[in-house]
Amino acid sequence: MSRSLNRRVLPGFSLTLGYTVFYLSVLVLIPIVACFIKAGTLSFHDFWHAVWTERARAAYRLTFGAAAIAAVINLILGLLLGWVLVRYKFPGKRLIDSLVDLPLALPTAVGGLVYSSLYVEQGWLGRFLVPLGIQGAYTRFGIVLVLVFVGLPFVVRTVQPVLEDLDPEYEEAGASLGGTRWQTFKNVIFPTLKPALITGFALAFARGIGEYGSVVFVSGNMPYKTEIAPILIVARLEEFAYGEATAIAVVLLVISFAMLVVINLLERASVRHER
Amino acid sequence: MSKSKRTTFSIFTLPALAALAVGLSAAGIARAGGEVTLLNVSYDPTRELWRDLNANFAARYEKEKGVKVNIKQSHGGSSTQARSVIDGLDADVTTLASFLDTDAIRKKGLIKAGWVERLPNKSRPYVSTIVFVVRKGNPKGIKDWPDLVKPGIAIVTPNPKTSGNGYISFFAAWGSVILRGGTRQQAIDFVTKLYQQVPVLDSGARGATTTFVQKKIGDVHLAWENEAYLEVREAKGALEVVVPPISILAEPQVAVVDANVDKKKTRDAAEAYLKFTYTDEAQEIFAKHFYRPSNDAILKKHQDIFKPGLKLFAITEIAKDWPDAHKQLIGDGSVFDSIYKPR
Repeated sequence: MSRSLNRRVLPGFSLTLGYTVFYLSVLVLIPIVACFIKAGTLSFHDFWHAVWTERARAAYRLTFGAAAIAAVINLILGLLLGWVLVRYKFPGKRLIDSLVDLPLALPTAVGGLVYSSLYVEQGWLGRFLVPLGIQGAYTRFGIVLVLVFVGLPFVVRTVQPVLEDLDPEYEEAGASLGGTRWQTFKNVIFPTLKPALITGFALAFARGIGEYGSVVFVSGNMPYKTEIAPILIVARLEEFAYGEATAIAVVLLVISFAMLVVINLLERASVRHER
Repeated sequence: MSKSKRTTFSIFTLPALAALAVGLSAAGIARAGGEVTLLNVSYDPTRELWRDLNANFAARYEKEKGVKVNIKQSHGGSSTQARSVIDGLDADVTTLASFLDTDAIRKKGLIKAGWVERLPNKSRPYVSTIVFVVRKGNPKGIKDWPDLVKPGIAIVTPNPKTSGNGYISFFAAWGSVILRGGTRQQAIDFVTKLYQQVPVLDSGARGATTTFVQKKIGDVHLAWENEAYLEVREAKGALEVVVPPISILAEPQVAVVDANVDKKKTRDAAEAYLKFTYTDEAQEIFAKHFYRPSNDAILKKHQDIFKPGLKLFAITEIAKDWPDAHKQLIGDGSVFDSIYKPR
């Protein structure tokens, strides 16, 4: 009896699990543990002093705030883009579809440089926008802008396959039962898409928290205003203060991990709700 | 089918043959007198400089010792480079931007104590400083440090926390007040005002150059002297250099990485390489790339660039030494931190 319980339907469970644990350890766990150990070389006082200054808190607020806003924008834009790409046929669709992945391939520093060059007062876009009071370079708005750019593929790519599986017949059924378009969207389409949307949001959000390359070129790095937390890490490294630098990284890791756990729980809850 | 097979064959044999040929010729040279490979770990703007120096040194060393030297270069932000060496990059020599970076390697035991005195002129084959780059015709009339804090002037300089160019510019601004008899409070007021007029704190020197040149932000750029001349040359008349009456003596120092050369048995070549940088031949190359030669006669020969009117002050005139200056002015809880207030 107990033997049959332990047996899996598919063979090779222990082997694949072994591989999974091994890869996860080498690629993710060991580097993260090393971070914690390095940060652990500081006394509690030094640790606290390194990670919880007024300036560091301002940087955390900016990092997480900008990443969250950008992820929300990506959620809406990504759904829209995914919808258009799946549901409509139009010339150049293939091209647009492959453009979506470009932000992943482009070195983010290039993205940052291009964005800041476009939005400065003398830039192609900036010369029209700056007189209107829209400052896209060296502002918090600029940071959100590049984070939307680097996070764009995530929501699109998680929503697309689900939309492809979602038969238009469901919508037609909804309509023939007398539902308005909004009711059909709210009660038929949205619940199906919800887990994918949450996953896409989480990916875009996490990407935004870790982003450095593009932000340093767009933000202007002014303390308390546009200084993101990774800049503080680099500043401490320049002083050869490895411990303090890692301490800030650990705080970022812990907050990110906590937020991702919450998002994962939300996703599970939404799947369960659907069932 | 057979065609593809042939292709595969040639794809694999060609590199194998090439490798064999290289191996044989390398062995041949080794028998004739030896071959040494050196790795010079340097900072960002020195790429072209060392390429020139390397070619000249390799020719001379082969003629004198019959040994072929192959010098590899590594470039990056100065303290990032120092960290790479600390973490195990096999550098034979370091030619970094600041004492702080070289001494961090010493602290790890890779360079022996007393390295500063091992080569002439405190291990400085060349020195440099910070000058101003302004727009064509100098429309804002910027001539000297006090002009920078006039209303409406925007200054471009990288973040002193993350860039060597950044903190050396800060020291220069600070010293311009102290060396003219200003008090500490006056110096604090001056740098506070100055940094409030800095619209962007780029993370590194090249980023600041892009901001000033390409994005056309700011009226004045506080740049390394050598970078300033390159910047102006490339701008083809859109920019000009302004040399203030006083600035800082920046001391890029060179050192042999003892632990690595002993392990790789490359000490002779590495030491000869650094000694070579003090020869007239090498000193001329420094001047050609706008670095100030440590040899006074050669410096004077290039007075058209290195004008005699500029007074360079040593770091010891504003602090005990480089680490002390960095700690007081840039480090955690320093003067620089006090400039920015939460809002």
